Amino acid sequence: QLYSSSLDGSIKLWDFMDGIPIKTFTVGHELLALYALAGSEDSVFVVIPKSGERDTFQLVSVKLIKAAGQDLEAKELSVILDGVDASPKSIAFGREGEYVAAVKKGDLQVYFFKQKQLNRFSVSAVKAKSGNNHFTCIACHPKEDCIATGHADGKIRLWRNFYHKKEYTFSTLHWHHDTVMDIAFSVEGDSLLSGGVESVLVLWHNESDCQKDFLPRLGSAIEYISMSPDGALCCTLHTDNRITIVNSNLRFSKSIQGLIKSVDVKTGLVVDPRTKALVLNGEPGHLQFYSLQSDQQLFSLDIVQRQYIHQAGLNQIDLVKVAFSAQGKWLATVEEREEESDPELQLKLWFYDEETQSFKLNTRINMPHEDHITDMCFRDVDGLEDDSLILVTAGRDCVFKVWVMVEDTDPEAQQSVSWSCDFVGSYHNYQATNCCFSEDGSLLAVSFEETVTVWDSVTWDLKCTFCHPPGKIRNICFGRLTCSKYLIGTTDYGFLCCWNLLSCALEWSAHLNILVLQPDPLSEYIAAVSWLSKESSLFVFKPNEPRPIYIQRNLCKEKIQFAAFVPRDEPETISAEKYLWLRRSQLFFLTDMQELMTLSTKSLEERLTPASKQLAVEESLPVTPFSLLLGKHRRQQSQEDIDLGKLVAHNRHGQESPAVRELLHTPAHVLPSASFLCPIFINSLLISKENKSAEEVADEVEMESERTEDSDEERDVSEMEQEDTNPMELLGETICKLSKSQEKELRKIRKMDYSWIAAF
Amino acid sequence: QVIPGHAARAVEALCWAAGERLFGAGLSGEIFEYDLAGLRVARCVDGGGGPVWSMAANGGGTQLAIGCEDGSVKLFQVVPGGIQFERNLDRRKGRILCLSWHPSDTHIAVGSIDVLRVLDISSGQTVKRIMVNYHVQRVKRECIVWSIAFLSSGTVVTSDSFGRVQFWDWERGTLQESHTVSTSAVLSLAVSEKEDSIIVGTSTGATYQFQLLPVKMGSLEKRWVRTKPFQHHTHDVRAVVHSSTALISGGLDAQLVIRPLMEKMQKKGYDAALRKFTFPHRRLVSCARKARMLLFQFSQHLELWRLGSTEGTGKDGQVLPLCRMPEHLLQLKSKGPEHIYCSCVSPCGTWVAYCTASRFHLYRVRHEGSSVSIKKVPKVPKLLLPAYQLQFSANSDSLFVASARGSVHVLQLLEPGGCRHLHTLRPPSGSPEAVYLLASSADGHWLAAVGGDWTIHIYNLKCFKHHCTVPMYSCAVTALAIHPITNNLVIAYSDQQLFEFSIPDKQYTAWSRTVQNCGLHKVWLERDSPITHITFNPKNPSHILLHDIYMFCVLDKSLPLPDNSALLMNQSTLKQLPESARQRQLHAFKICKKFQPLLFADLLDENCLVMVERPIMDFKTQLPLPIQQKKFGT
Repeated sequence: QLYSSSLDGSIKLWDFMDGIPIKTFTVGHELLALYALAGSEDSVFVVIPKSGERDTFQLVSVKLIKAAGQDLEAKELSVILDGVDASPKSIAFGREGEYVAAVKKGDLQVYFFKQKQLNRFSVSAVKAKSGNNHFTCIACHPKEDCIATGHADGKIRLWRNFYHKKEYTFSTLHWHHDTVMDIAFSVEGDSLLSGGVESVLVLWHNESDCQKDFLPRLGSAIEYISMSPDGALCCTLHTDNRITIVNSNLRFSKSIQGLIKSVDVKTGLVVDPRTKALVLNGEPGHLQFYSLQSDQQLFSLDIVQRQYIHQAGLNQIDLVKVAFSAQGKWLATVEEREEESDPELQLKLWFYDEETQSFKLNTRINMPHEDHITDMCFRDVDGLEDDSLILVTAGRDCVFKVWVMVEDTDPEAQQSVSWSCDFVGSYHNYQATNCCFSEDGSLLAVSFEETVTVWDSVTWDLKCTFCHPPGKIRNICFGRLTCSKYLIGTTDYGFLCCWNLLSCALEWSAHLNILVLQPDPLSEYIAAVSWLSKESSLFVFKPNEPRPIYIQRNLCKEKIQFAAFVPRDEPETISAEKYLWLRRSQLFFLTDMQELMTLSTKSLEERLTPASKQLAVEESLPVTPFSLLLGKHRRQQSQEDIDLGKLVAHNRHGQESPAVRELLHTPAHVLPSASFLCPIFINSLLISKENKSAEEVADEVEMESERTEDSDEERDVSEMEQEDTNPMELLGETICKLSKSQEKELRKIRKMDYSWIAAF
Repeated sequence: QVIPGHAARAVEALCWAAGERLFGAGLSGEIFEYDLAGLRVARCVDGGGGPVWSMAANGGGTQLAIGCEDGSVKLFQVVPGGIQFERNLDRRKGRILCLSWHPSDTHIAVGSIDVLRVLDISSGQTVKRIMVNYHVQRVKRECIVWSIAFLSSGTVVTSDSFGRVQFWDWERGTLQESHTVSTSAVLSLAVSEKEDSIIVGTSTGATYQFQLLPVKMGSLEKRWVRTKPFQHHTHDVRAVVHSSTALISGGLDAQLVIRPLMEKMQKKGYDAALRKFTFPHRRLVSCARKARMLLFQFSQHLELWRLGSTEGTGKDGQVLPLCRMPEHLLQLKSKGPEHIYCSCVSPCGTWVAYCTASRFHLYRVRHEGSSVSIKKVPKVPKLLLPAYQLQFSANSDSLFVASARGSVHVLQLLEPGGCRHLHTLRPPSGSPEAVYLLASSADGHWLAAVGGDWTIHIYNLKCFKHHCTVPMYSCAVTALAIHPITNNLVIAYSDQQLFEFSIPDKQYTAWSRTVQNCGLHKVWLERDSPITHITFNPKNPSHILLHDIYMFCVLDKSLPLPDNSALLMNQSTLKQLPESARQRQLHAFKICKKFQPLLFADLLDENCLVMVERPIMDFKTQLPLPIQQKKFGT
């Protein structure tokens, strides 16, 4: 049985095999952490905020009443510890639930349930040189009276004899140079695991300082560590949204990852034209190619090609800009070291190698600009030849530069072409902030602070300028297809402007604080996301009419940083008038919390089909390779699902018929004669035929309904699943609720493959 | 108090036996008994087994066991007036590096190279032999058992050169627990009296505590757990002691560290603070005020220096240019292996005296222009040796020699280079203890002498008569001096109390009584290093200049004493205050901590003060190299 608690004050009991909520207990407080003990079935422990005081929390035990009915009230609360920390890592229950230990800042509290005794210990105040020695996490030995605590200065203390107020004692283990993020004891308690910013899992043997093993290079900082109850596996949760499963002998076993959460997404959302994958910052210094269809990382491209040092407070080179050429043949990246006075910049151009199916570094340009590069774009002209490819970079050093490919004259060079600077343009010594090409590639628009300049891309003449004072230009883009005569710009003074390029006049403007302006590459629609009074709103419009065709107010509470239109494989048939703009491509958003969201055209009613029923069917399938496959390809089309379902059904019949199984499993030399067996075998087939037809009908029916429902429900179901299995899903959960309360579906793309749960 | 060493007799083991008798044994192969009153070796017995590596007394203190180079364990009976060889126990190959008696005195556990043995006392046979590196892969290196302890439960605790502390069941010969505490050797080990705590010292300078703790609350199963690490030393920790309230460790870095166990302390106070002792609490420098010379005493030689001088004047904090560099005048090497007990230079700078355990030397130093010649004074009178303190009189015409049995010899110095025994001063009631501190008055009238029993006798030098005795105090005297004008004797005790005793009146002065009534400042009393020298400002009779290793203090008797709420070290805050506010904040103690560690401070004349500082780095460079460890982040 599985309990889950949520911020809205309810505890849910789940059947985690089937994914059905069994009971809901309403507590009526915000629940920040939940602990259940093996010994006491009828009560759980939760952390709630103390009433009347801000930022003080207490640990209370909640009695769960045994009564019939789905929704119950749990009002019997008894306070156990006062002034605890809200983090779930800061409380641990000791051997057989005899005591509970909690840490906060520099204090450790231990409460013994039987003796009703509370002991408090504290580490001595901060010493200047050793830094902050506050507690960060706690774990209790499963067999002995020993508490392990992690500290902000990287030390681990092992407390013993803590039932004496005075004669307690502790020993110290020190390897981490930065905060110990989490610690966990092995099942037998003979070893201890710890992890932190260093991305190294440390295994301490016998509580000894000298015997330790390491599992280094886990990619990013370790946030949580957990041991499986049988002790065979351990999993670590990382800050970049990844779970790593590690064997008990510290061998890396498996990693579960979807979209990697990077420290800061600077590249924005870029769509790889070749794979239709989303491209953005991944691991530090890497570019991740994230497939939206399979919710998997296709690959990670090391751009910076330097060892990343896992240490807080270091200024390391990071990837800031990415651009693809039209067919995805060329990739341009900019990396920089964040330094105020003297930034270290590098522009790299990568060529897609068909043989190795990956990008190969072609040209590296050191210091392409004197100052930070603000924008970069390729002239993506579909029909034109390769040598017309042009890259434009805009920099804060008041110029934009045009880079072209040139034949390499050096006979020793391994490649035939390389990139070099062709033209440098500037305008009144203003900082260049944005650049973009028109659809046919004939015009280049570059914004210089308050002004947009339009240049001829053949002669590099300044054609005309636009401005909408006051306010600096934030985004610019050209209209497409029928609207290609328009240039759209947004200013940081809160205006969205549309200029007519033919008349060189302002066509229309709207007073909107637009953060993100994103044109759909396949249609004339342009999506703009505004930020007003702490909520984001979406406007979709065509440049030729000043009235938006679609408005979605209160899209989400977070700031939306980037958006991208991902072309659909096939145009979707959309009946609703207002979703027509989503026919060719799908719109994705990335918020500043690094949540990826999309807009769906399906309404709420359609999605609210009995999900549990469907799930039951799915989950009752035996664990076969097919069903695993099924789990992996949930989002594939329903036709495929049905096929698989049939296969599975066949499979099940074969296994469930006793006669056939006996026949197949009995050694040949003890079998009766074939003539004797034949009728039985044929009989069994006859029976199974009957069965099958009956069940198949049922299956068909279910699959039928499934087909109508689209793959979205399945996503929904799996998200519900995730709610209770992963602590990391807290953020996703809130989004999910938000979207349910509204008309439109709005969701986060997450790792959906939960078949790994079955492995436990 | 210090028992001076001997170059050929390095002490490897010390133990107390038969009450208050101290025995030592060393690589010379001899066992010494020390005369604690006379501060010297009283008796010496040859062990007969080569260099002695270890020695331990049994529980009753009646028997001594020594472990020798040749692998033998010998038992000695402690008898009044000496020790007597009793018998040899089973001899095996390999030097015995450590040994420990079982508390019931029936067995001895000895540690050797790669092996530990348990010997039965009654039969003298080896009853168990345990290979300590039995299951270690790196058998190529030998495993040295550096230290051993035999617990009453039958557990033998060993510490070895692989950095392990191991617990053995000696009867079965099995390993109970093994803790690797260090990558380098664990050199020393001590068990608390209750046998619930062990302290070990390693060659990295770290000490670790082990505690016997119950595995679960209320259960009887107990386990040794490594608990607290302490890093107070920079070099090998060669010796550790576990007292009931503190862990005491000493090592090659010449530091003695007392680390109190906080959980055993009832309240915060002097005992609850960490103590570190680096220097002997003795004066090793003497100063010739008139000749502006300093004499430095080393363990086997003396150095005489002339101070530089300057003509410039400057502000506070300014370094003045020297017009004459300090000059190394001469170096006197003592003959023989014995260390120097004490030394002195006369105020005029023409006489130098020093004394070793068996000899007394007096030299006449002649200054002819820039050259210095030295001539040994022949025919020094035969005195009761050794001398524990030497002191020239203020006018340099006589030398006081502090000697055993409470006696002080007065030698008259004659020109051009001779001396004559004038008188021997003895306390009227007699004393078995040696005199270890002397102070003479500037007018040559009085002499104060402190003996090992901490009584201060004052003699009249005009008639060579005992004048009076200062009332007894329960602490050791660390420094004393007689005021040049008032002839008041100022005494500093080891508990940091200060007394002023008027010699002419034979009673404590009024100021001293006020000090006792008001009590000294708490911070002053909680200092851990004793006052090693007292001197006076002849210009201002109310000033007393005191110093210990960490601070120099001018005590102004005319100012009020600070109470506990006031800041004791207030010189820097005073500087920032305006003149009027400063007056209100003033108190008697003016403390300067600029010079550390301070070996010596004296007033040359009224505007010249000499300070001798010995930076710790100075002699750390002379120590053997410590174990190099990569420190993270450096």
